[in-house]
Amino acid sequence: MPELPLWPEAASKVATDVDHLYIYISLVSVVMTVLIFATIFIFAVKYRRRSESEVPQPIHGSLRLEITWSIIPFLVMLTFFWWGAKIYFYNAVPPPNSMDVYVVGKQWMWKLQYPGGQREINELHVPIGQPVKLTLASEDVIHSFFIPALRIKHDVVPGHYDTMWFTADKPGRYHLFCAEYCGTEHSGMVGWVTVMSPADYQNWLAGGGSSGSMAQQGERLFEQLGCSGCHLLDRQGRGPMLRGMYGSHVQLAGGGTALVDDAYIRESILNPNAKITAGYKPNVMPSFQGQLSEEQILQLVVYVKSLGNANAPGAPAAASTAAAPAQGGKQ
Amino acid sequence: MSTALQEPEVKETPNYLNAEYGWKSWLFTKDHKRIAVLYLISISIMFALGGVFAMLIRLEMLTPAGDLFNSDTYNKIFTMHGVVMVFFFLIPSIPATLGNFILPMAIGAKDLAFPRINLLSWYIYVVGALFALAAIVMGGVDTGWTFYTPFSTTYSNTFVITAAVGVFISGFSSITTGLNFIVTVHKMRAPGMTWGRLPLFVWANYATSLIQVLGTPVVAITLALVGLERGFHIGIFDPAIGGDPILFQHMFWFYSHPAVYIMILPGMGVISELVTCFSRKGVFGYSFIAGSSLGIAIIGFLVWGHHMFVTGMSMYAGLYFSLLTMLVAVPSAIKVFNWTATMFRGSISYETPMLYAFGFIGLFTIGGLTGLFLGTLGLDVHLTDTYFVVAHFHYVMVGGMVVAYLGGLHFWWPKITGKMYPEGWGKFSALLVFAGFNLTFFPQFITGYLGQPRRYHAYAPEFQVLNVMSTAGASVLGLGFVIPLVYLLWSLKYGKPAGNNPWGAKGLEWETTSPPPTFNFEETPVVTEEVYAYAKHGEVEVG
Repeated sequence: MPELPLWPEAASKVATDVDHLYIYISLVSVVMTVLIFATIFIFAVKYRRRSESEVPQPIHGSLRLEITWSIIPFLVMLTFFWWGAKIYFYNAVPPPNSMDVYVVGKQWMWKLQYPGGQREINELHVPIGQPVKLTLASEDVIHSFFIPALRIKHDVVPGHYDTMWFTADKPGRYHLFCAEYCGTEHSGMVGWVTVMSPADYQNWLAGGGSSGSMAQQGERLFEQLGCSGCHLLDRQGRGPMLRGMYGSHVQLAGGGTALVDDAYIRESILNPNAKITAGYKPNVMPSFQGQLSEEQILQLVVYVKSLGNANAPGAPAAASTAAAPAQGGKQ
Repeated sequence: MSTALQEPEVKETPNYLNAEYGWKSWLFTKDHKRIAVLYLISISIMFALGGVFAMLIRLEMLTPAGDLFNSDTYNKIFTMHGVVMVFFFLIPSIPATLGNFILPMAIGAKDLAFPRINLLSWYIYVVGALFALAAIVMGGVDTGWTFYTPFSTTYSNTFVITAAVGVFISGFSSITTGLNFIVTVHKMRAPGMTWGRLPLFVWANYATSLIQVLGTPVVAITLALVGLERGFHIGIFDPAIGGDPILFQHMFWFYSHPAVYIMILPGMGVISELVTCFSRKGVFGYSFIAGSSLGIAIIGFLVWGHHMFVTGMSMYAGLYFSLLTMLVAVPSAIKVFNWTATMFRGSISYETPMLYAFGFIGLFTIGGLTGLFLGTLGLDVHLTDTYFVVAHFHYVMVGGMVVAYLGGLHFWWPKITGKMYPEGWGKFSALLVFAGFNLTFFPQFITGYLGQPRRYHAYAPEFQVLNVMSTAGASVLGLGFVIPLVYLLWSLKYGKPAGNNPWGAKGLEWETTSPPPTFNFEETPVVTEEVYAYAKHGEVEVG
């Protein structure tokens, strides 16, 4: 017998919530459909034409009925709306203790990197019970990161970062699909999400070779590209000192402030003149547009992040002390 | 031979078909009825072409591996299926054929307000269609019918501009038809044909026309911008040259969501005519059905963002679009309830058009309700871009619009041609369409919830059984479309003469001869009674 699954596996609390919402709307829909079908069927039989000459009297309408069958369905729909919005809002804000994984979509593969430096292609390994925040970037066209077993997807739009998060609670291997049509091998842009026990996950992390954590890789880039010549680590140089800057609000030269987050760092690398920090001159820093891959930009972002968070002053640069990094996708 | 001379010659009454002969009399006609026939032929060709692409898609989907076509070919096939069906069949379908033919007669007019512009709109359509066909013949397009950027502007190596030019041009035929209808309904109504007496088919086409006139320019601009970026590298949508890909989606859906209502509203208008005629009864809640068409036209412009819940739009914008999506469902529900109430204590007969009307109400109800699943934020995150969406919009577009179109075509076929189609075959193929349709698309709700993404050339093996069902259903559905093509053509020659009003229907178009004379009526009709006044004279005249 061929496989015939009728219900997808659910590997998170959100997935179960979505299932409940789906069942609720399905039940309401079935009730509505059956009511309408049955009514039409009964009318069609009961009021079938019995003689060619019969002429029924018209009924022009009833305001009370019209209001009833407008308001009641709308109120029912508001319950769909409310429940759906709750899940959507829950999905929108990753908890602060999330573990980061960085995802780059490109035609036609998913490239993932962990803060510890481990890289994978078309594979994502996560421990159960741990919120995981994915930062999504695209090298070319729009992709969409879709994990049916977790009932979540998010478009991966070139030109900026998107984020999504989840907490998986059931070990297993689940489909990973690209859901936004992206060209020739769109249907080949698929992979697997492996949800493991925390111990297995630690073993998995520890295996494999080393090329340094993401922050260390970012630091090397920071040196190679000459960033460190202007962005000094202990005092202000020609560019702002980046230590402790992440998460702060900086005053901008043109007035206003900007939050220093992943998106701001990315923009400042690719289009430095867009938001100049007050006290610094425009046209000093060259643009790195077209010279860095999205993966390299993410490494730089993680490096800047590792220089300390304004919200947690003095916090050690966590990423550089991460677990033994690994190279390549492993099972 | 000699008998022919002896018997008195049967003289056909003069009508729009025998008024003139020769290809020029068709290609230069200003008669809305002939233009409707020209449109009917053109969109039927496009429907057949889109149908062939659909069958090729379903054949590839028989097996999980992408083994029938290569990926690029498959991507082109589903793109061209979408482009041809949406822009060259669904959007013009009812307004340009049945609307063109019936609307002037239904309000007691001799023709549309601008007969020359009406002919022009057909030529514009043909030129647009030729561009689309050229794009197909030269090698196809692989962007999906949605032309999402930056794939369409920077990465696709296919004939995007040619296809976009075709869609751009055909948009003007939609605009001119809409404009023509609006002016005609305002200015050309017969004496006594007040707004409150307009047939609901006219109201529906009027509401559709408003969307066509207001919405189509936006998609034209959007596609022009795609052409500018693709041809001249002007950064509008591609972030690599300073653009914003999400801007494209806002602009595209600002038209393309209302376009969904361009496709379904005229179908709803047809159903209102069918339900009243075959229940032989005035409509329940006339002003609510008419008003709900306008309500859909207006609110339909405010919900486009529900196509973009996972693009990273603000969650508050998501709230707004989700709430309005729930709101736009209300007028659709009102129509379904009022049609049902119209049947209450009616005198219901089951001719082919009524079977299509039953089918429409059922399938549209499912299509509409599954739209609510997709309008629900947290659920859409899982469902969007899966086969659930494919199933949903086919329930609306095929189960709704195509079924209404076939119902309307059977209903007015006697008026258009003066001939009856064979009723038995009609009923048989209506049942085939219903059964085949459900078998094709219902399993896709299940594969969609399981997570099968749309536009996949190869898919995970566990989805196969449901996909095989879908393909089997598509074969039945295809047969259900081919049979009417055969017997409708057959009826042109062999069909029984229809008489002026074979259904005993109300409406001015039934008061004139079949086929109607060139200027529709011998004398301008004067309307003295309410719309659908089936009970007015006590008895219904049939014949």
